[in-house]
Amino acid sequence: MTTTIPRHMQRDRFAPVPETQAARDDEGFPTIRTAFGTTARLVTRYADVREVLGDAERFSNTGMPRIPTPDGEDPRAGNLLANDPPEHTRLRRLLTGEFTVKRIRRLEPRITEIVDEHLDAMAAAGPPADLVSAFALPVPSLVICELLGVPYADRHEFQDRATRQIDLNRSLEERGQVAAESRAYMGELVDRAFAAPGDDMLGMLVREHGDDLTRAELVGIASLLLIAGHETTANMLGLGTLALLRAPDQLARVRDEPGAVAPAIEELLRFLSVVHSGIPRTARADTTVGGTPVAAGDLLVLSLPSANRDPAAVERPDDLDVTRAIAPHVAFGHGVHHCLGAPLARAEMAVAFPALLRRFPDLALGIPFEDVEFRSATVVHGLRALPVTW
Amino acid sequence: MRIQADRDVCIGAGNCVLAAEDVFDQDDDALVEVLQEHPSAEQESEVRNAVAQCPSGALALVEE
Repeated sequence: MTTTIPRHMQRDRFAPVPETQAARDDEGFPTIRTAFGTTARLVTRYADVREVLGDAERFSNTGMPRIPTPDGEDPRAGNLLANDPPEHTRLRRLLTGEFTVKRIRRLEPRITEIVDEHLDAMAAAGPPADLVSAFALPVPSLVICELLGVPYADRHEFQDRATRQIDLNRSLEERGQVAAESRAYMGELVDRAFAAPGDDMLGMLVREHGDDLTRAELVGIASLLLIAGHETTANMLGLGTLALLRAPDQLARVRDEPGAVAPAIEELLRFLSVVHSGIPRTARADTTVGGTPVAAGDLLVLSLPSANRDPAAVERPDDLDVTRAIAPHVAFGHGVHHCLGAPLARAEMAVAFPALLRRFPDLALGIPFEDVEFRSATVVHGLRALPVTW
Repeated sequence: MRIQADRDVCIGAGNCVLAAEDVFDQDDDALVEVLQEHPSAEQESEVRNAVAQCPSGALALVEE
């Protein structure tokens, strides 16, 4: 079954389609159809998106229609993205200690090993290669598997489910079915962790919070971390490499200047804005956002890619420029739901991009740019494949 | 200039630590710890960045 991709998720390669970009200049918030077939109002300006994301009291996170669930489980249990404070605060605080900047730095040597192993394998096999399947996807998958305590041997299964679960070309029923399969899989891992908690995050959650969390919450937390942990960074690595290959001067900086890497990552986050499904928020009462009236119950859908290309917030927003002073962006969201794994994502990219570019200084696109297949009908923007040579 | 940090509002995103590592740290639960309540003139721009990038609004600058 093919559904129409909601307008705000349609991309012109890296950029949102012109129609979405143009909406920033129109008054008010245009009405759009969501991936659920319902209507919503699209928020595209940077200041407006920040205002809504930054105010969990006026805007609730629980208003999106539910995907039907054949297993009868509440898909929101433990899902940080579908809860408001104080419930959200309770869940998030159990996890934040695992994602401090210091804790993530301790993972860097292991991230480096994982990156190097995959680069070794690419080098050994020789060119050409599909960078998505050889590098961009497996690296963050393996990192999150080790961190969480999910067997990496199961990756083909859970990656396939993750891909189907976020694919808007599939029916809601099918996606609900896949979500139930994912929960059943994670439920087994949670039960195993209860029987013999390991040193990983599942083990920690069971050991330290096993009495405070229901099984469904544990399954929800772990499922979200698994999917969010690999789909996002994987697509940043694939799209980011392609964007840098199109800008050789900038690629050379990321490869050769250690000090250029952190600002380059922020610019790639802004420019690519891979989370593009539209962040849903429901107004709890009549209010205004940036002067636009919003009625109680209105569903707002926030476009992060559009906000990140708002000329009111950043100069020459449609240019990738890794040398710019760090531009503010909402690629990780804003407010209380700001990406929990942001320090991990940044660390993975900070290791992966320079290592890839140094190992293969002659890295080049293996097919014409026009033939690269983008994959936008998913919650996370990305590439189907990235053929490269060196 | 003095930094005000509200640990009840903090969500532990760590953006402040990445923006100004000499000024901010996180405790074991990831909540903000201010290492230098009165940052130096040289630290001012990175501190302003840190405050601007705080997703929860836990940080504020008080001009003195």
